[in-house]
Amino acid sequence: MAEPKVENSTSPVGESKIRIDAREKVTGAAIYADDIQFGNSLLHARIKRSPHPHALIKKINSEKALALPGVKAIVTGQDFPGYIGLYLKDRFFFCRDRVRYVGDPVAGVVAVSEEIAEKALGLIEVEYEILEPVLDPEYGARPEAPLLHPDLGKYAVASFIFPQPGTNISNHFKIRKGDVNGAWEKCTAIVEHKYRIPHIQHVPIEPHIAIAKVDEAGEITLWGSSQSPFAQRNLIAQSLGISPGKMRVIAPYVGGGFGCKAGVSMESLAVAIAMKVKGRPVKLLLTREEEFFTAFVRQGLTAYFKMGCDENGRLLAMENTFYWDGGAYTEYGVNITRAAGYSSSGPYEVPNVKTDSYCVYTNHPVGGAMRGFGMPEIHAGLEQCIDELALRIGMDAVEFRKLNCLKTGSTLVTGSRMHATGLSQCIEKTAEAIGWGKKAPPSAPNKRRGKGMALMWKAPAMPPNAGSSAWVELAEDGTLNVGVGGQEIGQGVFTVAAQMAAAALGVAYESVRIAAPIDTRYSPYEWQTVASRLTWSMGNAIVNAAKDARKQILDIVAEAWDETPDDLNIVNGVVISYKSEKEIPLKNLVIYGLPKPGDQGWRGGPIIGRGSFMPTYVTGLDAETGQGERAVVHYTTGAQAVELEVDLDTGRIEIIKGVSTFDIGKAINPELVEAQMEGGFVQGMSSALFESLQLKDGVLRNPSFVDYRIATSSDIPKDLQSYIVEVPQDDGPWGARGIGEHSMVPTIPAIANAIYDAVGVRLEGPPFTAEKVYLAMLDAGIVK
Amino acid sequence: MAFHKINITINGGLEQVVVPSNMTLMQMLRENLALTGTKNGCSAGECGACTVLLNGEPVNSCMVLAVECDGTNIVTVEGLAGDQQLDPVQEAIIQSGGVQCGFCTPGILISARALLDRNPDPAEEEIREALVGNLCRCTGYVRIIESVKAAAKV
Ligand code: FES
Ligand code: FES
Repeated sequence: MAEPKVENSTSPVGESKIRIDAREKVTGAAIYADDIQFGNSLLHARIKRSPHPHALIKKINSEKALALPGVKAIVTGQDFPGYIGLYLKDRFFFCRDRVRYVGDPVAGVVAVSEEIAEKALGLIEVEYEILEPVLDPEYGARPEAPLLHPDLGKYAVASFIFPQPGTNISNHFKIRKGDVNGAWEKCTAIVEHKYRIPHIQHVPIEPHIAIAKVDEAGEITLWGSSQSPFAQRNLIAQSLGISPGKMRVIAPYVGGGFGCKAGVSMESLAVAIAMKVKGRPVKLLLTREEEFFTAFVRQGLTAYFKMGCDENGRLLAMENTFYWDGGAYTEYGVNITRAAGYSSSGPYEVPNVKTDSYCVYTNHPVGGAMRGFGMPEIHAGLEQCIDELALRIGMDAVEFRKLNCLKTGSTLVTGSRMHATGLSQCIEKTAEAIGWGKKAPPSAPNKRRGKGMALMWKAPAMPPNAGSSAWVELAEDGTLNVGVGGQEIGQGVFTVAAQMAAAALGVAYESVRIAAPIDTRYSPYEWQTVASRLTWSMGNAIVNAAKDARKQILDIVAEAWDETPDDLNIVNGVVISYKSEKEIPLKNLVIYGLPKPGDQGWRGGPIIGRGSFMPTYVTGLDAETGQGERAVVHYTTGAQAVELEVDLDTGRIEIIKGVSTFDIGKAINPELVEAQMEGGFVQGMSSALFESLQLKDGVLRNPSFVDYRIATSSDIPKDLQSYIVEVPQDDGPWGARGIGEHSMVPTIPAIANAIYDAVGVRLEGPPFTAEKVYLAMLDAGIVK
Repeated sequence: MAFHKINITINGGLEQVVVPSNMTLMQMLRENLALTGTKNGCSAGECGACTVLLNGEPVNSCMVLAVECDGTNIVTVEGLAGDQQLDPVQEAIIQSGGVQCGFCTPGILISARALLDRNPDPAEEEIREALVGNLCRCTGYVRIIESVKAAAKV
């Protein structure tokens, strides 16, 4: 089904079209959730949150708060007994008996103004019985750790997640491939390392926001900054015990998501509160501080790697153990653990692999999806070990990677075969562009220069049957309206959706509009805007919808002209016949149809094409071995390299040059692809050099932009290059695969490897701050 | 709470607005005047999403009280474009692909306009410096910087 049979000389696919949303975004006209005007009936909500990482709630007294003039209602967990969660239902809207992290919602206040709601929070008295917290995932996985979810065994869970009731382990994913123990003695070189990856935040510039309204009949409308309007409809309704059809989610442009606006988080609070003040819209906008400590975080990770190769440098074995710091609730995080498990070999062919990936409850902020979904975290350590192993065996790190990396047909860690891949080309291009093997002198005597490379692979992590749908309809002027349920979060999906629809139908890109904002009442279903899956999955749905419309159009015209549809085509909005050389513009027939000759009635009617797509071939994996026929839909692969300088006096790192090359199957819009590579590189660089949520006894110490620094315009390298490799995906539209997340996966280890190349030190984990680098150099005797 | 009547020129038009003492310029623009192009990313002067021109100077409008703006001249992102024509910085950021989610974009455009007004031919270092207070999480700044260079040539 891959390539639609469209011979269209004006096809916009493969062209760097200007973004469809650019003009409204530069004029300030683009609407984001907080821009929607609700008038005077709008009420404001604030949330009372736990100050303790772990405690039992003994009593909540909200009488004084309720008596405050302007306060309309107060909501606690007592009113909402339903569990919620994406892969594991382990969470209430508001805490009922126990709080599990600093920031856990205990009560909600709704008032006529934000100030009054905030003031009321101070009047709510909560009595806690403090419990011992779990602050480390390795400790949390042990039997002696306090149990955070005694009801784990009762939670509803997806079939591919394996919780261990009676422990804090909410998922244990295993790989048992070959004979690891027997393989070690055949290894000429073995490296073993422990790495720690800190929690980080997504930091979209737009904070989380939700506005909810419940009418007298109990119909719920939710407006929000959302990557997952359909999942929110389903999950929130299920938890409330109402039918999902009673819930409507309207999701305008998202001001940055990166995964933190996927699934359900604070939206459920707004809905719960709105149920107490029927008829009035209720707005809940997270402050930047709340954004830092209550929005989904990227989970922390403690990872142990052991890997070995033979005397020729061929990888023989890997043994990896991952302890994920899942936080207070792991409803989403359990699947990150799984993805890390089935990707635990990295993009390499390794005959013997043993992996244990544990998702562990802790009293830390809640882990959720973040760009890369576990991959930046595991590649950070894995790709440093690869460099070290190459060094041990006396091989160049690029040669070592070329030898061992996945090629088309390689056996994967889950036992299946790799599809067509251009990873080797990515390595070659990246090495060439960074000038691998050539050492340039440092810019000053107190500086050292180094280069480093890292590879990556990543599959969309999702349920096997995550689906997409789309429709297309034409207006009286022949312009095309495309309905999608995938969200524009900055990645440019509306633009590539328009390009694909235009190409598949045969109209100009400029004549396409996307039916936005996404509204679950009008927009076609889409599982979630996550996993870099839209260009591929939603793209297939769009192509199917356009083909459906095309068939309707060509059938009508063929009948009218007494020709066969095979002789007809649609080019630039005009139906043409290759046989009779007749033509008719779409606008002349797509609404009113065509008259039959002699005033004998009409044929056709308004054209509307529908299409859907769902992968049907993903199989389960054996719970004990992690082996199976096809674990995922596909893997995007790629390589990054950096050149940097380390300042010996300060430890400060300056990235001089960055190179990214990814095999994305087909670039529907090359410049948008490059923009993803640039943005991902800088986000990866930012996480490598600056970012870490400083959690002390469960309390976040740096919840502001001043104390949690992200990359600014002055931090980025002067030279950032991006290259595209195109080895087509068999079931991708025009062969396309995703790129959004992948671009930040290999950045941390590429930088770490370059630091090693420059000064010969390795750190236990990012961020590689000047202070840490300097101390490491001091330790190693490189500076005095 | 005391209320004040202020006169303020916004995007070339004179407005009379009644504001409470503690209302910020950002709130006034977004809530009283529905000029929602100016974005709220932190309400703490740390992200630059709310940048507007106040008497020609870029300021974080979340850190300025509305009452202080009596008699001033404000330009927001909605005021950058002329009747039919975009400002060169708007046109350039579209062409160079410097917009992704777009949430930082209004603030970036205002900072860029302010820079070009005082320095029509800035060096790359000066562009980076001028934008350092405008956080962008999507683009990696590359195309944003390129767009300011391109706009300077217009
Ligand atoms: S909202 Fe004003 S600086 Fe962030
Ligand atoms: S484009 Fe999203 S924050 Fe800049």
